[in-house]
Amino acid sequence: MTSDSRLERILEGGEFAVTSECGPPRGADPEVITKKGELLKGYVDAVNVTDNQTSVVRMSSFASCILLKEMGFDPILQMVCRDRNRIALQSDILGAAALGINNILCLTGDHQKFGDHPTAKNVFDLDSVQLIQTVKWMRDEGKFLGGDELKGVPKFFIGAAANPFADPFEIRVPRLAKKVNAGVQFIQTQCIYNLDRFEQWMGMVRDRGLHEKVHILAGVTPFKSVGMAKYMKNMVPGMDVPDKLIERLQGVEKENQAEEGIKICVESIQRLKAIEGVHGVHVMAIEWEQKVPEIVKQAGLHPRPSA
Amino acid sequence: MIVANRKPLEEIEEMVKGYGKIILAGCNECVTVCAVGGEKEVGILASELRLSRKKDGNEIEIKEVVLERQCDHEYIEQLRPFVDEYEAILSMACGAGVQFVAEKYRGKPVLPAVDTSFLGVTEEQGVWAERCQGCGSCVLDKTGGICPIARCSKSLLNGPCGGSTDGKCEIDKEVECGWQLIIDRLKELGHLEGYEEVTPVKDWSTSRDGGPRRRVREDLKL
Repeated sequence: MTSDSRLERILEGGEFAVTSECGPPRGADPEVITKKGELLKGYVDAVNVTDNQTSVVRMSSFASCILLKEMGFDPILQMVCRDRNRIALQSDILGAAALGINNILCLTGDHQKFGDHPTAKNVFDLDSVQLIQTVKWMRDEGKFLGGDELKGVPKFFIGAAANPFADPFEIRVPRLAKKVNAGVQFIQTQCIYNLDRFEQWMGMVRDRGLHEKVHILAGVTPFKSVGMAKYMKNMVPGMDVPDKLIERLQGVEKENQAEEGIKICVESIQRLKAIEGVHGVHVMAIEWEQKVPEIVKQAGLHPRPSA
Repeated sequence: MIVANRKPLEEIEEMVKGYGKIILAGCNECVTVCAVGGEKEVGILASELRLSRKKDGNEIEIKEVVLERQCDHEYIEQLRPFVDEYEAILSMACGAGVQFVAEKYRGKPVLPAVDTSFLGVTEEQGVWAERCQGCGSCVLDKTGGICPIARCSKSLLNGPCGGSTDGKCEIDKEVECGWQLIIDRLKELGHLEGYEEVTPVKDWSTSRDGGPRRRVREDLKL
């Protein structure tokens, strides 16, 4: 074991893991996070806390992780390269480790153009691959990027994202290999709606033997409505939503679309569970955390192991 | 070349509103090539300003000049014989030129008529695009001749990110994904095999992050 992470114990123990995420609030109210936490308690092994997702300013991932940690969760600190240079990133890595955060998800970060401060200056001193390398270097070599010795080493279980649907498709597996080379231990994928294409990607992952070097958690997001499905298809970069799913949602009454969305999500999880090399699911119920227990139960993933 | 955009007339008018007699100085280098601050553009801007001020009953006298370069002493010196007769200098050169003129004529306000944008190329008639950010340590040998610093919206050295779709960048469907271009070119060259090696963190100290840059060639100094 490289960390005290509960998620690492579960995955290394060969159990199928379940993670979910909490988006921090647009304000200083801690209850937004703790209420979301209450909804997820007992249904997930670890909770991601997003880092100013879509470049919209929110309570910091770090602070929100601490609130969840106090509730007994094993939070996954998401860290993007958009807003902090290597000095700030390393400093936050140390601070998070000191406060008992065991998991980190290393991300590039959305461009600030999407957010509520599009006139901001971005940083991108490191990229996500270099951030993985940095956390590993600090943990395994006990040094700063600058070369000085650390007094107290941050023991992180290191994660990253993968988007099997972004372009160029042919580079998606080599890019995963690159993250593995950098030291990533678990991967959470972009929301998967096109399962055929995901299976094709997993086949390529297995051909390279990468599924034995990194734990892959397949990302799912339930649709609340046909409108949301269309938005995901047309407006979210790197998202592949097949038309047949949109048609399926269109085929049910508006008031039943949410239920149909949950059904699609559960069916997806069942299919994902059967794919060799998929070691867990990452349920991203965006501002719909109350549905996570239902999804987890219906997918036959409850109760969670005590680990 | 250095590519610039002319500022809107209203903004320039606001800058020169307190002056009745100015020099409008174009530059024969980059800003001429990108059609923003050469002889023709000097003529146009001077006419626009004169007309607009005449309409307001507050005429302005403008001396139009086009210097060979505004980034070299010898050419800027050409303003010296008449500079004292004018209240301000409105420069159509890039930011470097504006500043160099200001350094030389410390007693005169020197005003920018253009917004300096980037180091780029003429992609086609009327279209200029960025190619270089002057980071001070070139990696083009490793990236198929396409710069990840200038062409990727996030300057990723281990790209592409998850926002690349159909060869386009997540920030805009009109913007090409720099990493798609890099990968396509490396593939064409048969050099894709190194892709999985992690490019280590960059030394940005040679870039602007290291402070204002200066290059000294002792062998060339007089």
